[in-house]
Amino acid sequence: MEFEPVIGLEIHAQLKTNTKIFCGCSTSFGAPPNTHTCPVCLGMPGVLPVLNKKVVEYTIRMAIATNCKVERRSRWARKNYFYPDLPKGYQISQYELPVAQFGYIDIETDGSRKRIGITRIHMEEDAGKLTHDPDRPFSMVDFNRTGVPLIEIVSEPDIRSPEEAGAYLRQLHSIVRYIGISDGNMEEGSFRCDANISIRPKGAERLGTRSELKNLNSFKHVEKALYYEINRQKEIIIDGGRVVQETRLWNPDKNITTSMRSKEEAHDYRYFPDPDLLPLVVDNEWIDALKKTLPELPDRKKNRFISEFNLPSSDAEIMSSSRELADYFEECIKEFPKPKQVSNWIMGELLGLLNAEGKTIDRSPISSSNLARLLKLIDKGIISGKIAKTVFEDMANTGRHPEEIVEKKGLVQVTDVSAIEEVVSQILADNLKEVEGYRKGKKKLIGFFVGQVMKETKGKANPKIVNEILKDKLAE
Amino acid sequence: MNLHELTIQKALKLLKEKEISSTDLTRAVLDRIDAVEERVGAYITIAGETAMEQAMLADRAISTGNISPLTGIPLAIKDLICTEGLRTTCASRILENFVPPYDAFVIKKLKKAGAVIVGKANMDEFAMGSSTENSSIKITRNPWDLNRIPGGSSGGSAAAVAADMCLGSLGSDTGGSIRQPASLCGIVGMKPTYGRVSRFGLVAFASSLDQIGPMTKDVTDCAVLMNVISGFDPKDSTSVPEDVSDYTSFLKNGLSEITVGIPKEYNAAEGLNPEVADAVKDAVRVMEDLGAKCIEVSLPHTEYAVAAYYVIAPSEASSNLARYDGVKYGFRDKEKKSLIEMYRSTRSNGFGPEVQRRIILGTYCLSAGYYDAYYRKASRVRTLIMQDFDNAFKKCDVILSPTTPTTAFRIGEKKDDPLAMYLSDIFTLSANLAGIPGMSIPCGFSSAGLPIGLQIMGKHFDEGMLLKVAYNFEQATNFHKQKASI
Repeated sequence: MEFEPVIGLEIHAQLKTNTKIFCGCSTSFGAPPNTHTCPVCLGMPGVLPVLNKKVVEYTIRMAIATNCKVERRSRWARKNYFYPDLPKGYQISQYELPVAQFGYIDIETDGSRKRIGITRIHMEEDAGKLTHDPDRPFSMVDFNRTGVPLIEIVSEPDIRSPEEAGAYLRQLHSIVRYIGISDGNMEEGSFRCDANISIRPKGAERLGTRSELKNLNSFKHVEKALYYEINRQKEIIIDGGRVVQETRLWNPDKNITTSMRSKEEAHDYRYFPDPDLLPLVVDNEWIDALKKTLPELPDRKKNRFISEFNLPSSDAEIMSSSRELADYFEECIKEFPKPKQVSNWIMGELLGLLNAEGKTIDRSPISSSNLARLLKLIDKGIISGKIAKTVFEDMANTGRHPEEIVEKKGLVQVTDVSAIEEVVSQILADNLKEVEGYRKGKKKLIGFFVGQVMKETKGKANPKIVNEILKDKLAE
Repeated sequence: MNLHELTIQKALKLLKEKEISSTDLTRAVLDRIDAVEERVGAYITIAGETAMEQAMLADRAISTGNISPLTGIPLAIKDLICTEGLRTTCASRILENFVPPYDAFVIKKLKKAGAVIVGKANMDEFAMGSSTENSSIKITRNPWDLNRIPGGSSGGSAAAVAADMCLGSLGSDTGGSIRQPASLCGIVGMKPTYGRVSRFGLVAFASSLDQIGPMTKDVTDCAVLMNVISGFDPKDSTSVPEDVSDYTSFLKNGLSEITVGIPKEYNAAEGLNPEVADAVKDAVRVMEDLGAKCIEVSLPHTEYAVAAYYVIAPSEASSNLARYDGVKYGFRDKEKKSLIEMYRSTRSNGFGPEVQRRIILGTYCLSAGYYDAYYRKASRVRTLIMQDFDNAFKKCDVILSPTTPTTAFRIGEKKDDPLAMYLSDIFTLSANLAGIPGMSIPCGFSSAGLPIGLQIMGKHFDEGMLLKVAYNFEQATNFHKQKASI
């Protein structure tokens, strides 16, 4: 029997506002424990939350970017549960009336496009962080993260494969960073993903029993965990068993999921409207104003790169994968309007270099304008593509302009025909045996002669000219 | 002249005229506390030393002519209003040693106005109760009869005013907790419109119902305190950015333009004592004599108010009180090793029985499968009750009723009958559900010499009208001048 997985993702993105959602404490990461706290985020008796308007603004940006309907009136709710990292004993969230609903994004896998529905986006506060002393029976709690704003983005169960899940996740990740509302750092936990997954016989209408996967802390783990879970559920069904509804934890060391709690053990969060906060009212003017501030989103940008610059889809996908990279690409094109050559160099040389150094494009040692200048040198025939690669390395190490490097190192391509003729004559005279071979039909030997000439000119001879002269002389 | 017997208004006048000093006045109040506290038990914490310091500062301010609206006036504060550096217990074991690092909005306002805080008043634990018997710290007795309860939950604040152990006090009112003890102790108490006074720093019982208000010896003092504590606070999202009028400007004679509504449903209320009913009828007659037009109005959903209230208030409380878990502050059972055991033991030992009862009740009402039948339904009833008042106020300016169905009952009388206790809030809790202002003023005495209170309710943000009606009644009667003999 063939099975079809049905997957829905719940994504939590930390918003990069300067201050917390309901108080004025800083949201910055990595401060000493409990230094970014105040009576409000510590849940002291008698304190009250006051909403940070920036949080709503960022959330509306996300709602617009994901084609959601922004609700004119939404409500805050309390999610009640006991845990030491939750100082009030409840999390302020949204439940019955979220701020945004009914959205979608389009994803692409294997060249085919698909629309994934977004059920809702809501705002909530993050909890603190517990650490457990391995040597003593103590646990410690750090409330710095308590009250850092989060949005939860819940997808429809429209996803049908781990690859689609990955594409959806990457697309959302790219959007939050494009619109500047989250740094999307999965390692620091500012972009987290839970997955709901069930399987059913292909063609069946009814949904199977789902499990919820937690602790999916990287794009790779999401896909791996989903694969594992699909197989696990398949095996259970094939063996005549029943999948039980439960929450399962992904173990990235063992590459397996393990049961965390069953449906019966699930919390009853006793949601109810938070009486400390008024219903949130968002007016059309505000939404329209925010619409205008939204940048071009990755999907649209990719399509423009294809239509405007004639880039292949795969190149356009990479060039639009982050706003910074896209800006870099477009700045290069402004100075050197040959898009495919630019994308080749970015994908081949630049991203390779950045990957090796663990840097992002905004930290690139080579500016977009310097890369454009380098490409111009190649285009004008001043240096060869091969030389350009060594100039590129030099630029990366020193940060100097390409012209300066080319000049100082004397890398200017030799285009002087008589100078090249002289070298060619010498090479042919030194290799009479090969000349004879060539003339007898071993045409492949042309490569040997080119190599010798290049060696002699330290790579500076213009390869086109070398080829022509060689062919002329050998034909004599 | 016994300084502690002064009203705020008279004391302010004497202070201004330098007839008396705040140090003399504060010392007189502290001496009075010394003399009667053992019998009354109004205070959880007496802040004698800091009170005297504040009094000296007040005197210095007066000598330089730098007089604020409450300069030098000794006040008591209900012990669930946070006071920076001064223990705030909520009359609970779980916060027995909690010293807030911040002042409530109203405390900031009082301090800025020059008030002297003499101490923190006893109450039912976390304001849950109608007799102050639920305090885990001590029992407060009614100054009119020491065998009786002072009412609650602001019983300490009421008894302190009635026994001249302060010039005025602040209480909080979630279902009648200011008005009911004011009535039973023969003083004036006002629950302002929801949103009129900031709740920042008021330890929450039921956030959508809680409101801080003044408890005073007369109506003028009530207006004076309202002037200080009212107003918008950006730290409380539910406080309303609406201008505050000078409430003393409403203290003028003349009720001829005013229509008073008498809800017919309130006469049929279960357990309404005939002496109380008669006193209220007399009060209505006084209003008529003063020129008010009295009509009957209907509040048809009154009979559901107690039920709706005892779903909504405990539901919110169950969530509000979740933070007392032994992790961050307050009492923790350190003996217990596992987290769950620590939680259980801390909360089982830290909270008293009434608080636990309400937490369990509220937790149940919010649980999956019961939410619709309880919380959601109660919220709908609440909307109907609001509409009842809206309709009634189309026909009248204020609504009059008894504040409580009976006079003060004996200590222990209803302690084991929570339902009977809950019913004593029957006239007051509708105002909390509807968010409207309500006040209680003395309107008579029972044959046993116990005070009876008249409740006046009004439209949202129409506290001025309540004060006007109350002031006219007070001018025409002498009930407020009578003192408990203690």
